[in-house]
Amino acid sequence: MPAPMAVLAKGVRGAARYLGSVMGADAYTRYLEHHQAMGHQSAPLTEREFWRDRTDRQDANPQGRCC
Amino acid sequence: MAPTPEQRRNPSPGEGAVATDPALPAVAVDDAVLEAEDRKWTPAKIALWAAIALLGGVAWFMLAIARGETVNAIWFVFASVCTYLIGYRFYSKVIERYLTKPDDKRATPAEYKADGKDYVRTDRNVLFGHHFAAIAGAGPLVGPIIAAQMGYLPGTIWIIIGVVLAGAVQDYLVMFFSMRRGGRSLGQMAREELGVVGGTAALVATLLIMVIIVAILALVVVNALGESPWGVFSVGLTIPIALFMGVYLRYLRPGKIMEVSLIGFVLLMAAIIGGGFVAETAWGAELFTLDKVTLAWGLIVYGFIAAILPVWLLLAPRDYLSTFMKIGVIVMLALAIIVVRPEITVPAFSEFAGRDNGPVFSGALFPFLFVTIACGALSGFHALISSGTTPKLVEKERQTRFIGYGGMLMESFVAIMALVAAISIDRGLYFAMNAPAALTGGTVETAATWVNSLGLAGVNITPDFLAQTAANVGEESIISRTGGAPTLAVGLAHIMQQFIGGTAMMSFWYHFAIMFEALFILTAVDAGTRVARFMLQDSVGNFIPKFKEASWRPGAWLCTAIMVGAWGAVLLMGVTDPLGGINTLFPLFGIANQLLAAIALSVCLAIVAKKGTFKYLWIVALPLAFAAVVTITASFQKIFSATPSVGYFANNAAFSKALADGKTEFGSAKSVAAMEAVVRNTGIQGWLSVIFVVLSIIVIATALLATVKAFRTRDAAGRPEGNEDPAVPSKVFAPAGVIPTAAERALLAEWDKVPASQRFERAGHH
Repeated sequence: MPAPMAVLAKGVRGAARYLGSVMGADAYTRYLEHHQAMGHQSAPLTEREFWRDRTDRQDANPQGRCC
Repeated sequence: MAPTPEQRRNPSPGEGAVATDPALPAVAVDDAVLEAEDRKWTPAKIALWAAIALLGGVAWFMLAIARGETVNAIWFVFASVCTYLIGYRFYSKVIERYLTKPDDKRATPAEYKADGKDYVRTDRNVLFGHHFAAIAGAGPLVGPIIAAQMGYLPGTIWIIIGVVLAGAVQDYLVMFFSMRRGGRSLGQMAREELGVVGGTAALVATLLIMVIIVAILALVVVNALGESPWGVFSVGLTIPIALFMGVYLRYLRPGKIMEVSLIGFVLLMAAIIGGGFVAETAWGAELFTLDKVTLAWGLIVYGFIAAILPVWLLLAPRDYLSTFMKIGVIVMLALAIIVVRPEITVPAFSEFAGRDNGPVFSGALFPFLFVTIACGALSGFHALISSGTTPKLVEKERQTRFIGYGGMLMESFVAIMALVAAISIDRGLYFAMNAPAALTGGTVETAATWVNSLGLAGVNITPDFLAQTAANVGEESIISRTGGAPTLAVGLAHIMQQFIGGTAMMSFWYHFAIMFEALFILTAVDAGTRVARFMLQDSVGNFIPKFKEASWRPGAWLCTAIMVGAWGAVLLMGVTDPLGGINTLFPLFGIANQLLAAIALSVCLAIVAKKGTFKYLWIVALPLAFAAVVTITASFQKIFSATPSVGYFANNAAFSKALADGKTEFGSAKSVAAMEAVVRNTGIQGWLSVIFVVLSIIVIATALLATVKAFRTRDAAGRPEGNEDPAVPSKVFAPAGVIPTAAERALLAEWDKVPASQRFERAGHH
């Protein structure tokens, strides 16, 4: 790949990753990191369980959105 | 940082007592190094800041003093960005040094309460975007447009100066104080700092204010979609699109948020393009041309259902879509304004700047301009986001300046761009779109005659021009499309078509703009209803404990119905109001929002006073005094003014008298029923103003009492300890701003050498 294209692709990937993190797409990865760092003995939630739990907890803790 | 006299006299609890782990590299840049970095002015640095100041000065000169025929939009960008940079670099550092005094040796709640879910250390740049997406919505896109009636300069000055000295200060302080308290909400802090009376008044005021804010946002959507089959079709389709995304994320591919957002975005674009075709067909036009009352009822029913559905099904996926659009739209708008650089023909001060009877909103420049533009300059609603959510995610204490203060500067920039977009359209068109139908008459002929009769300099519009503009944006009519959103959409379409697509694309850009505004507002309506419902449940729960259980369906549904009923009633009142709805209600929105700001700043004042920092109390007192004076003056004028167009009760009395005299039409009300509606509406609006202002005065008074008490006992031994959580030593390091400084880079390099296994405490709790 020519150099400018590579730079462009890198830029687009970086922007997509940033937008993804802002929307919380990496929440599960972060949870796994936390789980491992804390040295829990129990198995972590699976990806499906984690996202289910995340949205269900929002039912009980609504987050405001501003005007 | 050299200790101030206050610091020496009253070291805050825990300061200096934080013992960090000696086995790890430093978790904070040394205070002396920080001080040296701040104080060291290299020639390059001096040249840079001199250039910024000079460019900002020239830009302000072009906007405020040079009086040419036109002014280029690029000067708005330079004036705002240069002022923000100076405010951020100098004023927010003053606040940091003397008021917040962050200590990176202390762990943040995200570190000491880490649970991998609600309390998660988040990269500062990501959190900045996250916080910005939570605070910025339709507000900054609406207020500045309505305020443009008075010319561009009053609004521009208030947005830019207001944010530096008031709005960003509030956001930063609330965020910092909430962070020091484990991420407590504004309501909890008010209760702790102001006592039961102040705390309860703050809670009731917050609840009422949320009702008003949700109702008026909903009114903006209804006004934008009324009689617009294209808009109704494409905005209506966002609901099935969001439902599809919800199911996709729950059952098909959990966690693939970017993927589903892209799919949703493509579907959204298809909905906008499809709307154009559907609106042209006979069945489409018939099915989707809805009057405002029907739409309002639709929105009320929708609001109730959306608020009781599970979050995963509708709210969460639409929130992703909304965030995705928000960041995209703002980047696009900034690019378009910088590339196209439209010439602005609107005068700095319009003919209405010195009067109190403008057609778009009534009342004199002071105080009503300052309540019309709330979001973007000073928005109390932000205090609800800055407390609670974001503080639980902050990684290091010193980052709050960037996220809290910087995030609000960003919102202010959005407001400036919205203002530029709106004033780039013809001034006659602006008044034809934003004056109520009672004045314009509703047709292109009557509207053109009315606008030309206003005697505005350089304004002479023809019915053809109005009809052509409507046809260009794909609408039946654009006369009296009040509420700000359609004006912004026309402005955006006007700028974007010069950038991409030409006139043929104008209708797409118009409906694209309507779509994203509706998306932001619907998300705010949902989330607002939910938050308000929980607050109500919590309050009722003090008397009937069963209501505190969030999972108890009857309680949740009843409280949701009450909240939806409350904002729905205000919405219907606005939609059917013979005086034009938004024109009379929008000041109430701004007053409500800024009274909330006054409440938030009161809490900050009490906290700062209790910390013993009296010399710099003015940093909080200044915006508090301004917000209090503006909102209380505005409320008093709305309550006591004898001018019917300003005072609710004066209007009420005028219409009551007309009814008693047996008149069958009066002013803009053309029937007895309409006259009765005016009497009812003005009565409700008047009493709401009374309740707001009384509650706010109670909160401000309790805060002043707490401040005076703190001052009296400042040197006494029994000085209260404050309500901060105890200091816990931090074990992590991260830079404070976007770009790490030299000292921060050196520390980061040291941390990179630490093996991953030693970086986190192996606590094994849980």
